[in-house]
Amino acid sequence: MLRFIFHRFLLMIPTLLGVAILVFFMLRLMPGDPVATMLLGDAGGANIPKAVIEAERVRLGLDQPLYVQFFKWFWGMLQGDFGFSMWTGRSVAYEIGIRLELSLQVAVMATILAVLLALPLGTLSAIFKDSWIDQTIRVFSIAGLAVPSFWLGMIVILLLLTYFSWIPPLTFTSLIDDPWANLSQLIWPALAVGYRYSAVSTRMMRSSILEVLQEDYIRTARAKGVIGRLVVARHAMRNALLPVVTVIGLEFAFLIGGLVVTEQVFNLNGIGRLFVQAVARSDFTMIQALVLLVSVFFVLVNFVMDMMYAFLDPRIRYR
Amino acid sequence: MSTAATAIPYKVPKRRHPAVLFMTQQPLGAAGLVVILVMAVCAAFAPWVAPYDPLAVDYGGMLSRPSPEHWLGTDSFGRDVASRIIYGARTALAIGFIASFLGCTAGAVIGVASAYFGGKTDLIIQGLMDVLLSFPIIVLAITVVAVLGNYVVLGIDVNLIIAISVPMLPRVERVVRASALAIREMPYIDAARAAGYSHTRIIFRHIVPNVVAPYLILLTAFVAQAILAEASLSFLGLGVTEPTPSWGLMLSGAAADFYQQAPWMIVFPGIAISLGVFAFNLYGDSLRDWLDPKIKL
Repeated sequence: MLRFIFHRFLLMIPTLLGVAILVFFMLRLMPGDPVATMLLGDAGGANIPKAVIEAERVRLGLDQPLYVQFFKWFWGMLQGDFGFSMWTGRSVAYEIGIRLELSLQVAVMATILAVLLALPLGTLSAIFKDSWIDQTIRVFSIAGLAVPSFWLGMIVILLLLTYFSWIPPLTFTSLIDDPWANLSQLIWPALAVGYRYSAVSTRMMRSSILEVLQEDYIRTARAKGVIGRLVVARHAMRNALLPVVTVIGLEFAFLIGGLVVTEQVFNLNGIGRLFVQAVARSDFTMIQALVLLVSVFFVLVNFVMDMMYAFLDPRIRYR
Repeated sequence: MSTAATAIPYKVPKRRHPAVLFMTQQPLGAAGLVVILVMAVCAAFAPWVAPYDPLAVDYGGMLSRPSPEHWLGTDSFGRDVASRIIYGARTALAIGFIASFLGCTAGAVIGVASAYFGGKTDLIIQGLMDVLLSFPIIVLAITVVAVLGNYVVLGIDVNLIIAISVPMLPRVERVVRASALAIREMPYIDAARAAGYSHTRIIFRHIVPNVVAPYLILLTAFVAQAILAEASLSFLGLGVTEPTPSWGLMLSGAAADFYQQAPWMIVFPGIAISLGVFAFNLYGDSLRDWLDPKIKL
């Protein structure tokens, strides 16, 4: 088992290195120059002497050869230093840190919502396959994949405004300081993102249970007289849950994608918004750090899932 | 005459056309197909279907409610929302189909090659795909858009299409590779090799026809993804640019500022996006159940 963990752990390194290299060199191909974007933004498009631009480039280290820049950045990162935002000048870790709480909370709330919806709905859909219950749940979940979360957010705001003459508060308050204000602001984006999330999980739950129900041990359980409900609860559910947990984990890592657009609608100052701003401002260090953050998270979730599989299924360990 | 034939009262069951079979066995999929066809007709014949010019600005009739003249109202420039949605179907379908075709074809080619050649080639390709896979779709698309900028040919932004199809690569590649791996172990592949056929012939004559089912299913599913991605990118101001009518674009800019006063500006384009994506998902889902239920998307 230890050898397996070690081996699997080492496998994460080339992937993350690949992400770092890809994002770094892709950004350097970008037509926008961060210095020009920043200075023109400050001076309102006035002419800026070449010397000033050059000095700024030297200050940000953009005058050095690409591979030197890359190694500097990478070496710093290995020591936990993500560098400074090219736009605000503050440290990347600080900029991300002040926004992480909000985004993470929305993500966690969306996950809870997804799990609460997906487990019962997916199971019902599988047990009553091809009945009207199944068809309704399937249409509901396929619709969840189709409705853009940002539009759903706009509709939610619109409904709240029309029927309650109320819109969610615009400023963020921490959950600890004022739980009520916090929840009344963040529940709506969580709902908008969570619908899609629950749809993905519901579909996975359904197909996973359907697959398990065809296994031999289910037939054995039925044959020895275990009643239907118990077969599903004891035998099918447990085995069907693993792939669902995987999907939930991976989708959680990818929630940032949903947040990118949803935070825009709800005027939330979170990670997704930071990413869109960083791209618009050609803020290289910020984009690199954010992309890498998401990838690390994704790769880690994958790693943990593999460990869980290996722990629960000895066949994987000894392969 | 053929007395023997008339003597037997046995009737050969009528073989029905596969399309008819699909319609009857997969009613939900058939419904999706109908919506897709309606969308395609609207897109193809937009100048005849649309009541107004989608670009015609009318400052006298800004933000007017849905009425007999403007069925779905007008936007903040006085442009007819219904006409813009109909023309928007062009953008959505064109980008959806082209991006999905590019992404799925490239992904399938890489997948088949990776499975067939195996060994080091497979290892390197898998490594690269893992890297691409660890980017969220929209994040990867935004980064690609930022890197490539705009490059418009015939009113379609080529770089936007590339940005939407790149995230499909690893996802398609995985599914196709898995199918191709199973085929590679078949005895008839060994037989073809023993007969001395070239790699090209084995790949195109023996493997490719067997991965067509997953390819078609993915192609349909990813049209939906592409339409959604285009809408999201346009909404963020990184996709289609004004004044080209696009569903995502109709939800951003002025619409985002005025939608509380003029909800029709966002309600109908959003329904158009959802319905379009919904139809393709429904059709793709049924196609999977029909062709190969074991494929996971």
